[in-house]
Amino acid sequence: MSFEPKITLFSCHYASQQSCAEHGKELQELGFPATITMVRVPCTGKVQVTALLKAFEDGADGVYVVGCPTDSCHNVKGSIRAAKRVVAVKKALEELGVEGGRIEMYHLPRGLHPEFVAAGVAMDKKIRALGPSAFQI
Amino acid sequence: MIVAERKPMAEILEMVKDCSRILVLACRGCVTVCSAGGEREAAILASLIRLGMKKHGKTIQIIEGSLVRQCDKEYIDAIDEWNGQYDAIVSTACGVGVNFIANLRKDTLVFPALNTTFFGGSAEQGVWMEQCAGCGDCVLHLTGGLCPVARCAKSLMNGPCGGSVDGRCEINKDTECIWQSIHDRLSGLGRRAQMDAIAPIRDWSSSGHGGPRKTVRNELTI
Repeated sequence: MSFEPKITLFSCHYASQQSCAEHGKELQELGFPATITMVRVPCTGKVQVTALLKAFEDGADGVYVVGCPTDSCHNVKGSIRAAKRVVAVKKALEELGVEGGRIEMYHLPRGLHPEFVAAGVAMDKKIRALGPSAFQI
Repeated sequence: MIVAERKPMAEILEMVKDCSRILVLACRGCVTVCSAGGEREAAILASLIRLGMKKHGKTIQIIEGSLVRQCDKEYIDAIDEWNGQYDAIVSTACGVGVNFIANLRKDTLVFPALNTTFFGGSAEQGVWMEQCAGCGDCVLHLTGGLCPVARCAKSLMNGPCGGSVDGRCEINKDTECIWQSIHDRLSGLGRRAQMDAIAPIRDWSSSGHGGPRKTVRNELTI
C-alpha cells in the first residue's frame, strides 16, 4: 500500500504571502505537494515548541517551518528563534528514537519563489522516504 | 535562583511506563525563571511524554497543573484539586519540590522531571552560570564578591592554583579563573592587599558534610 504522508508547514506571512493568491491555485499549478497542510503565522518566531510537537501529536509524519532569511527577517530575529526551536524539537525527537529529519527549517525570501515550492517538494520526498511516523498507532 | 534542566526523555518515560494517568506539575518559582520547569516547559514535557508513549503503542492521560511554588507547605495543599485523577505526579520543580510532595503526601507517587544543577543566575539570554555553592560560610566579603567555592574548579581558598592561562581555568578554557578575577577586581577597588591574608583551614561542616542542614529562626516559628 502506498504511503501518503501528512506534512504540516508553518510558514510566516511574508514567505508565503503570494502562495495564498487565488486560494492557492497558483501554488498547486506549480507542483506544490498536496500532502502539505500550511499554517500561516504572522512570524515564525511566534511558533512555540509546543505547536511543533502538537503537529506530530495530531498525526503529522513531518513538519517544517518556512521563515524569512536570517539577515532580513521582517521581525528582525523571528526566523532565527524559529530555527532554534526547530533544532530543539529535532533533538527531542531523536531522544524519543524518532528521525530528527522529520522536522526542518527553511529560510526563504518573500513571495512565491521557486524555492518555496522546492522546499515543499523536498520535504514531501524526504518524508515519503522515511515512511510513516513512529508516533502513528 | 535554583537552576535545573530536563532529564533525558528515556529516563522520564521509564518512570511513567506503568502509568495511564499522570499529573505534570510545573513550579512557578526558580525553574520558571530558568526555563526548565515552568508552565511552558511542563507543556512541552507533557507533549513529549504523550509522543513517547504513543511510540510504544500506549496512551496516557496527562493533566497539566502548576503551583506557585513546590517548596512551601501551603502551596503543596493545592495539589488536592487533582486528587484521584492521576497515578503519579511528574514534577518539573527542583529536587526541593519533589521532596516536599513526598514529605507531605504519603500515598502519592512523585517523579522528578528535572536534574537540579546549581544556584546561579542568567549570564545572558539562555545561559545560566553557577555563582554560589550554598556552602553555609560565605567568604564573599574577602573575595570582592566573587565566590571561589562555587567558581573555582578546585574551590581553592588562597589564590589561584597556578594552572590558569590568560585568565582562563586549566580545567575548562570556557571558565574564567575566578582567582584572577578576584585579584583584578580587588586591585581595581584598591583592596588588593586583602589577598595577602592567609585563609585558615576551612571547616566544611556547614557545607552539608555534617548531614542535611536546617535553619531555625525562633522569631518566626509559631
